[in-house]
Amino acid sequence: MNTKLRVLTCLVLLVAAAGFVGCKKKTTSPSGNMTAPPSGPAPTAQLTATPTSITAGDQVVLSWRTTDATSVSIDGIGDVPSAGVKTVTPTESTSYHLVARGDGGSADATARVTVAAAPGATAVPNDMSSTNLTEEEAFKASVQDIFFDYDSYDVRPTDDASLSKSAAYLAQHPNLKVLIGGYCDERGSNEYNLTLGQSRGDSVKKSLVAAGVAPDRLRVVSYGKEKPFCTESTEECWQQNRRAGFTLDR
Amino acid sequence: MNALRRRLPRWFSGVVVVLAASTALSAQDWVKTGSGLGNQRIRVAAADFKPVGSDPQTPQLKTVFDATLFNDLTNAGVFEMVSKSMNPLGMPGAPAEIQLPQWAADPANASMVALGALQVSGGRLTVSGWVLDAKNPGSPQVLGKQYGDTASQDKARAIAHRFADDIIARLSGLTGIAETKIYFVSARTGSKEIWMMDYDGQNQKIVTKLGSISLSPRISPDNSRLAFSSIGKEGWSIRMYSMELGRMVSFSGGAAGGSNFSPAWAADGSKIAFSSSRTGQSEIWVADANGGGAHKITSFKNNSSPVWNPKTNAQIAWVSGRTGEPQIYTMDADGANVQQMTDGGYAVSPSWSPNGQFLAMAWNRKYDPKAAGAPGAQDIYVMDIASKRWLQLTHDAGTNDFPSWSPDGRHLVFQREIGHQSQLWTMLADGTEQHQLTRSGKDSMPNWSWK
Repeated sequence: MNTKLRVLTCLVLLVAAAGFVGCKKKTTSPSGNMTAPPSGPAPTAQLTATPTSITAGDQVVLSWRTTDATSVSIDGIGDVPSAGVKTVTPTESTSYHLVARGDGGSADATARVTVAAAPGATAVPNDMSSTNLTEEEAFKASVQDIFFDYDSYDVRPTDDASLSKSAAYLAQHPNLKVLIGGYCDERGSNEYNLTLGQSRGDSVKKSLVAAGVAPDRLRVVSYGKEKPFCTESTEECWQQNRRAGFTLDR
Repeated sequence: MNALRRRLPRWFSGVVVVLAASTALSAQDWVKTGSGLGNQRIRVAAADFKPVGSDPQTPQLKTVFDATLFNDLTNAGVFEMVSKSMNPLGMPGAPAEIQLPQWAADPANASMVALGALQVSGGRLTVSGWVLDAKNPGSPQVLGKQYGDTASQDKARAIAHRFADDIIARLSGLTGIAETKIYFVSARTGSKEIWMMDYDGQNQKIVTKLGSISLSPRISPDNSRLAFSSIGKEGWSIRMYSMELGRMVSFSGGAAGGSNFSPAWAADGSKIAFSSSRTGQSEIWVADANGGGAHKITSFKNNSSPVWNPKTNAQIAWVSGRTGEPQIYTMDADGANVQQMTDGGYAVSPSWSPNGQFLAMAWNRKYDPKAAGAPGAQDIYVMDIASKRWLQLTHDAGTNDFPSWSPDGRHLVFQREIGHQSQLWTMLADGTEQHQLTRSGKDSMPNWSWK
């Protein structure tokens, strides 16, 4: 039973990862924008990096603002909110390139960061990608989905331990921001299920905030029944879909 | 209680049927006249139109025109249509060419005959149409009209719709719906986009191409703008598409993070109500039509799916989960005077009838969250707001949701899902004459235009 559950969870995470990648692909695909006639005000974009010159291993704060954009992405980081701040630790000199796409066209902005090699840390660049991967994996292993009863948005008492573990992990990694997705099973109405998914996400956010996580590190988006991980009309599948899921909010 | 409940549907169906036939007349007539108006349907024959000239487009456009006209007159629900197999032989193209007594006699036994001629010339389609009173051969002409447009199948259909609406207006006093549109969500391109079609399911066209998930289309009362919700990086936002400009336009207050969805137009087009979680819980908010001045009018969690009273423009019906399962409520447009309309089960997706008297909704009355599986069935109901009495319109057929009234208040379009296949259907407001409108892709969330 336990192993079965673990396998199931792994599967869910895999599908989640696949789904996430799939979404990203979809939003960055130009097809939607290409076919729509250019309309609305043209987007604007600003991107700054502070400081612009560092030693490898130091942090740089990227901050950006856009207007009239429906999708904003930074090369190497992916989709980002229309305005925001993000801490990065480039290991070599990097030009951060932001593209804002909107109904009225697109705009881009670039910020250059010069990186001097750190004394005695030559192996770092090679390991950076695997370190990132480990962070993602560690996040997924430590911050696990919370599942809900039918038509309920109350966190089950049995999930308190899991949430405590998540809160502890987030306390140890204060730079991480988290997107909490609220999901519902296929039953019920699309519109009302968006409120239910929102409430599920809010319940989990509330629990994490009560456990000491700063509220501005947690963002809730309801997916209602619009993004199911499985589509069978069985209780097993419905239970997988009735959940709050966590992803790194980049 | 049980006996009362059993009596209600019959009482109600009488009201709806009578109401259906008298919407454009005095609003109170139905109370006195009782049921039975179904027997008074005028028997109408539609002759096949006569093709004139030798343009190769003519036969094709004539076929489309004849089928559309007959379908419109049938769908109107106020005529008893003569089956075309009972029409006398011949194809009269004008009043002078018809032998009216043949049409008045059995088997056609028509009271009224629609006839005319259709010609394509120089890329232009011209249609002459008449309605003759078969029982009054001395002075038969009731209606005579000529229509013209560019020669295409879409225009042939559009002219048939206009002629049908003219016939309906002349013979019944009702405003026809043959020229109205239905907006809906379809996933047939791979992502959920907003689509539109004629009221009869023809002429389906994509409207948005955002490539994400777009839901809950709501056309403005003047048909100029389409409000809907769409998901992006920041969550759900209310978006706006200009039907006149053919592109997205801004709706400033629509994106505020979290979930902003299920927009609804005020009857005068000046405001939009929607659900927003911008202050934490999903509440009903009202903003100006340009998105400014957004303010919250509810104060409990889990509120969605507002709809304005189109008659008074002074009340809003919506869905709230404040007591557990979602129920339908009404309130004044400022949030005061909250009334619970449904008494249990799972009630969602209210649509307010054009005359202000009824709410259509999706309701699962036997809903039991403790039971395993999918308990009960979700059907379309119509409720008389003053008495809270209801009539169940759909039975034993799939999971039904998102009813939307036609502008004449006599039809409903709705979503029916059977085995994960969701399609759009229409029916008369008493639940009769149900038929399927769409057959491709996954189609959902229909919204009937206001005119």
